[in-house]
Amino acid sequence: MTTLLNVQHVSKQYGHDTLALSDVSFSVNEGEFVSVIGPSGAGKSTLLRCINQMVDTTDGEIHFDNAILQQMNKRELRGLRTNIGMIFQHYNLVERLTVIENVLHGRLGYKSTVAGMLGLYKEEEKERGIELLEMLGLREQIYKRCDQLSGGQKQRVGIARALIQEPKMLLCDEPIASLDPNASKRIMDHLKSISRSMGITALVNLHQVDVALSYSDRIIGVSGGKIVFDGSPKEVTQEIIQSIYGSEANDLMVKLGGQNAI
Amino acid sequence: MQFDIFKKKRLSSLLMLAILAAFTYGAMIITQYDVIKGFSSIPKSIHWGLSSFYPTAASLDNLPSILIQLGRTVLTSVAATTVAAVFALFFSLFGSKVTKVNNFLSVLSRGTATVFRNIDVAAWALILLFSFGQSALTGYFALFFVSFGFLTRAFIETLDEVGGHSIEALRATGASYPSIIIQAILPSSTPQMMSWILFMVEMNIRSATLVGILTGTGIGFVFDLYYKSLDYNTASLVVITIVIVILILEYLSNYVRRVVL
Repeated sequence: MTTLLNVQHVSKQYGHDTLALSDVSFSVNEGEFVSVIGPSGAGKSTLLRCINQMVDTTDGEIHFDNAILQQMNKRELRGLRTNIGMIFQHYNLVERLTVIENVLHGRLGYKSTVAGMLGLYKEEEKERGIELLEMLGLREQIYKRCDQLSGGQKQRVGIARALIQEPKMLLCDEPIASLDPNASKRIMDHLKSISRSMGITALVNLHQVDVALSYSDRIIGVSGGKIVFDGSPKEVTQEIIQSIYGSEANDLMVKLGGQNAI
Repeated sequence: MQFDIFKKKRLSSLLMLAILAAFTYGAMIITQYDVIKGFSSIPKSIHWGLSSFYPTAASLDNLPSILIQLGRTVLTSVAATTVAAVFALFFSLFGSKVTKVNNFLSVLSRGTATVFRNIDVAAWALILLFSFGQSALTGYFALFFVSFGFLTRAFIETLDEVGGHSIEALRATGASYPSIIIQAILPSSTPQMMSWILFMVEMNIRSATLVGILTGTGIGFVFDLYYKSLDYNTASLVVITIVIVILILEYLSNYVRRVVL
């Protein structure tokens, strides 16, 4: 397996004394489905945003697809971002536009400034957008405005917007944190099957340990800006959960027990 | 001690009330304001208004010329507002936290907006009187400056409020700054901006009347002219036409808001 992403000794400091990430190193292989778990404020979101350089790193290097992010200029960085799709907790759609318009926003990274400003999309791009929406079960909603959709539907629009980029990797920042259990399951199933069938690498921030354990190929546990666990879901034990979540772990034990019983 | 907190709060509000009362009383003494006389003159002034401040058949002859001036005032207000809105849009894009290009431009455009907004429209008119004299241009620029300052501020708040999330998403796709502004920011903020512009047009028509008295143009001047020549009947007609125009505009802008939002 080839390595797609290699994070080496990355640190991120906010201001003078807030260290969000300290000396984080890991690598992700092509096609892998990796979940990042950890308590709120552990640095999961910062870690994800360092990978597409929405947040720049203070120290260390990130290698993506044989290029070093820290050496890129603005234009190259835009090129990099077209290869990385991102999915957000709050979907981050333009609510007043239609579903298909939001999906096509995923193509803006490939366009010249003028074509982007005028929103000139090719016929193939539009067809691909509709194809993706049909795949995600949104055929009826194509021309609806996004503010008329449910949370689960909005997140599927977000997924379509990421996929139309033809990305090598998907970064998902708490994709199911604002969704009910049914919608959550549906979104996770979609992400998993996309990763499998299209061979897209996925790095998913999750709050729900049980979900992370049942969907991922690999788990990365983050606590206090450091990686405290990196291994397969089978290796996750109660003690490891304890080391990731600290005192919060007691609330999570019930979930882990339930997961094991199934 | 919880008791002490409540006691302290009650005491401090009592103190505030006492200070306010002292100020009011002091002001009354300085200006020699007589409360009883003040209130008893209200019925008298109503009586005067009803007995002399009404339009007559003769004053209706002046209606065409009043309407022409009123039309000019309305058009000046609309022109000042719309042109100000174009400038405000650019300044607010530079000024807003979420769309700013860099901190220097952001502070600069916020600062400019604050200066223009905090000088009152009448003050602007007085300042501009020196440059442009008593002409419609003075009124236009006074309205323009205040609208520009106000709209920049309002647009910045709108952008801060609606922009953040979708900007992040579009930046993550690798889209360029101009594409992000046109494809994500403008679609989500236009309704609110439209609403602010309509509000500003209404405000400006009201201010324009006052500014007109200063600059000797438009409906304000017409009112001033008739009022000072003791032609109260025609002056009252002017007031009535202004009220009607403001009510119509209020209705129109509410209608537009309903359709746009």
